[in-house]
Amino acid sequence: MNLTLNIWRQTGPDDKGGIHTYQLSGISPDMSFLEMLDVLNEQLNEKGEEPIAFDSDCREGICGMCSLMINGEAHGPEVTTTCQLHMRSFSDGDTITIEPWRAEPFPVIKDLVVDRGAFDRIIQAGGFISANTGSAPEANSVPAPRDKAMRAFNVATCIGCGGCVAACPNGSASLFLGAKITHLGELPQGQPERYTRVVDMVGQHDHEGFGGCTNIGECAAACPKEIPLDVISQLNKDLRTALKQGL
Amino acid sequence: MKGSRAARSTIALKLLMAVSGLLFIGFTVGHMYGNLKAFSGEEAFNEYAHHLRELGEPMLPYEGFLWIVRVGLLAAIIVHIACAFVLWQRAAKARPVKYVAKKNRGSSLSSRTMRWGGITLLLFIVWHLLNFTIVKVNPSNGSTGDDNPYQLVVDTFDTPWMTVIYLLAMVALGFHLHHGTFSSLQTLGFTNTASSRARARAAGWVIAIVIAGGFTLVPLSVLVGIIEK
Repeated sequence: MNLTLNIWRQTGPDDKGGIHTYQLSGISPDMSFLEMLDVLNEQLNEKGEEPIAFDSDCREGICGMCSLMINGEAHGPEVTTTCQLHMRSFSDGDTITIEPWRAEPFPVIKDLVVDRGAFDRIIQAGGFISANTGSAPEANSVPAPRDKAMRAFNVATCIGCGGCVAACPNGSASLFLGAKITHLGELPQGQPERYTRVVDMVGQHDHEGFGGCTNIGECAAACPKEIPLDVISQLNKDLRTALKQGL
Repeated sequence: MKGSRAARSTIALKLLMAVSGLLFIGFTVGHMYGNLKAFSGEEAFNEYAHHLRELGEPMLPYEGFLWIVRVGLLAAIIVHIACAFVLWQRAAKARPVKYVAKKNRGSSLSSRTMRWGGITLLLFIVWHLLNFTIVKVNPSNGSTGDDNPYQLVVDTFDTPWMTVIYLLAMVALGFHLHHGTFSSLQTLGFTNTASSRARARAAGWVIAIVIAGGFTLVPLSVLVGIIEK
């Protein structure tokens, strides 16, 4: 495959940055998207140019490290992470525009790498349960209804990649927040801190500078883990309950 | 964040928008019902308008009910617009650098036009009040005052450019209601399952078509001569 790549280059946080165009040939359709970028970087290295910085870690679609806005879609055209996207999803001769996640709370560090520390701080604000340390408790001592457990497990698949924020025209992290609130709020272990959690996490979300949700659904369509939009309803409901409790 | 308050969150603003929006939906249903009285003829329509002013008498003064509704709607619209602008500003700040390429994959056209559609509706409301409530824009130069609302309706929609303004506004209203209905139910936390979400989306369609469609019937009927003097 021969490709034209328009890639965002930015030397550092303070650089203005801009789109650079690269020609790449001899790409196999069986390569993953990140392998395609690896090939480009090898060529740049050989030419003595600065390789393109991008995030990746497990390359198995489970860690949430890879990102990339590909032709205007978070993680590209398939419902998966960028590392699990393959070049067969594109055609020979395509022009592909690659940009970093764009959000004020996700500042660009270099090229396509953004700082997603804001998500860590949201988790630190309340995305946990308090448990005594020691040996693991007997797993069946706290019964969880099956439907609630299933919902919790389904949304616990959120890997915190930030694709929802990248896809949202408001730069809102409501899908991420909703996934965490639903995951912990559906299980018995999450109940004691349920309503202080939602207030603290939403407060941190707003403090970081993420926008408000307008329920348009771009986030759920972009989510590589197919987190459904109803977690945002759950988030809103829990916050409404917290409001009633005067939190 | 420690010291966070639920009442100061973006979601609290959204809740205010949802509740005020639902008030508008309730009002437009009633308003549309009243408009359809035009099909019962001049007498019935004018009598309905008169009854609205007498509603609640003698417990309420003349036009008392009407003013309670007006003040309530004014308060709701101020809240709705204020929250919308605060959230709009936040959203703009949350993405200072725009994408070179951005595709829409999961959103409806109506959901992406809420803000400009809302501004269109605000301008329309001002125009509409000047036209029918304050009667400053009168197509027949004052000969039909507020003593005969039926004639004012027919005179207005006998003027094609006036009809066009109203029809365009009803398209904007239909769009706004289509996403607004779903969005308010989602914001209030009533869509926690796939089926309830589908029902909320269906409600958006029904409300948009019934209300915007119902409003559209009167100007169209005047235009084609079903409703006449």
